[in-house]
Amino acid sequence: MEVQRKAVQKKLLKIRVNGKDYEVMVKPNRTLLDFLRQDLGLTGTKQACMDNSCGACTVIVDKMAVKSCNILALQVYGREVTTIEGLASPDGKLTDLQEAFLDFNAFQCGFCAPGKVMSATAMLEEMEDPTEEDVRRDMEGNLCRCTGYKQYIDAIMYVVKKRKELKQQKAKEV
Amino acid sequence: MIDFDYIRATTLEEACSLISQYQDTGKILAGGQSLVTMLRQRLIRPEALIDIYGIKELDYLEFNGKDGLRMGALTKHRTLEKSPLIKEKYPVLSELEKSVASVQTRNWGTIGGNICCADPIADPIPALIALGAELKIVSMRGERTVPLENFFLDFFTTVLEPDEILSEIRVPPPAPNSAVEYMKFSTIEAGIKIVSVSVLVAVEPKSDVCRDVKIVMSAVAPIPLFARKASEFLKGKKFTDSLLKEAAEIAAGETNPTSDLHASAEYRKELVKVLVKRATRKAFEKAKAA
Repeated sequence: MEVQRKAVQKKLLKIRVNGKDYEVMVKPNRTLLDFLRQDLGLTGTKQACMDNSCGACTVIVDKMAVKSCNILALQVYGREVTTIEGLASPDGKLTDLQEAFLDFNAFQCGFCAPGKVMSATAMLEEMEDPTEEDVRRDMEGNLCRCTGYKQYIDAIMYVVKKRKELKQQKAKEV
Repeated sequence: MIDFDYIRATTLEEACSLISQYQDTGKILAGGQSLVTMLRQRLIRPEALIDIYGIKELDYLEFNGKDGLRMGALTKHRTLEKSPLIKEKYPVLSELEKSVASVQTRNWGTIGGNICCADPIADPIPALIALGAELKIVSMRGERTVPLENFFLDFFTTVLEPDEILSEIRVPPPAPNSAVEYMKFSTIEAGIKIVSVSVLVAVEPKSDVCRDVKIVMSAVAPIPLFARKASEFLKGKKFTDSLLKEAAEIAAGETNPTSDLHASAEYRKELVKVLVKRATRKAFEKAKAA
């Protein structure tokens, strides 16, 4: 039998998502994932396992990759969230990482891809020159049920190489 | 998910006051990496969550040679993994953190939350017990210190009273000629640990005598298990292979594992024997070289 519980009021959530500020009322039991997908309509972030296992719901909060299914929206009060929709520049130009995912065909069904791109984006912000082992280790929180793991590791390593070359080139020019 | 109220505390004092009002009906929310899943699975049904995640005074790492390490309960797993201080003074912690859950979880989850959740498979806890960690626990009634090895009562159950909050974890400075070794067994690198073992060995300088031994295991009992008999058995004795084999048998005898889809209880007991031997030997060698 369901015990009668007190009615719960919505609470104020101030949050910046993809550069846009929001002040909205949300229920305490709203996850960040549901807030993004259902309240803001940002359905690029995927819902899958809902128990902190698969990483399909990965978004970036204050430069850190986190699993949005496992965080309440109110926990992110005052913070900055980036989803897959927020990566491209306003004119629609994709990031080098997104381009590489396309070039290397790092998608099979594609469902895990937004989470993977977000994890890899945060990782490459944190580590400039990761080895392939670093990449494999850091990406272990993102599962692919199609088992298409090799392609996206290749795509990430390609970006690492390209960024390094670009940096060296710039250093030369200076 | 069930309905619950949510209150954000901004100071430790405020959090203590709130939880003393709510008592059993409230739950302290740190990173929530276990709590939110438990709410979704309806394993717990609190009336209110008291969110302490934003309390800055609970997020710090401090070390000095005399008192050792003091870390705020809200220290992130990722901080323990990456901190140069931890890497230098307590390398076992940064090493084992590399395989705690996933990067996403380590970015957001806290060591205090991990301890209070009291999941017997939690990895950092056995190593912290081996290192001699103590907990500072606060409430409106005052504060007390509890050795981590005495903190756990049963699956997901601790000695925390309904109005208490874990505020700090203290780890004594590493003893001279000592080392802690962590070893795990899992079928895939990032997978769930079937058994993990953390062993502290301190040796008498220039001899093979074990001055101190602490063997602590995860996933083999309802709580993170300090194998007191096996540890005591090795203490003060000269390290030999046959002694080690005997100690591993004693340690296995102290466990009370359950069977689940990852491994049977019998298999876990066998793994304990192997891992205790390997980890203790490695810790002994490292302590001797230290």
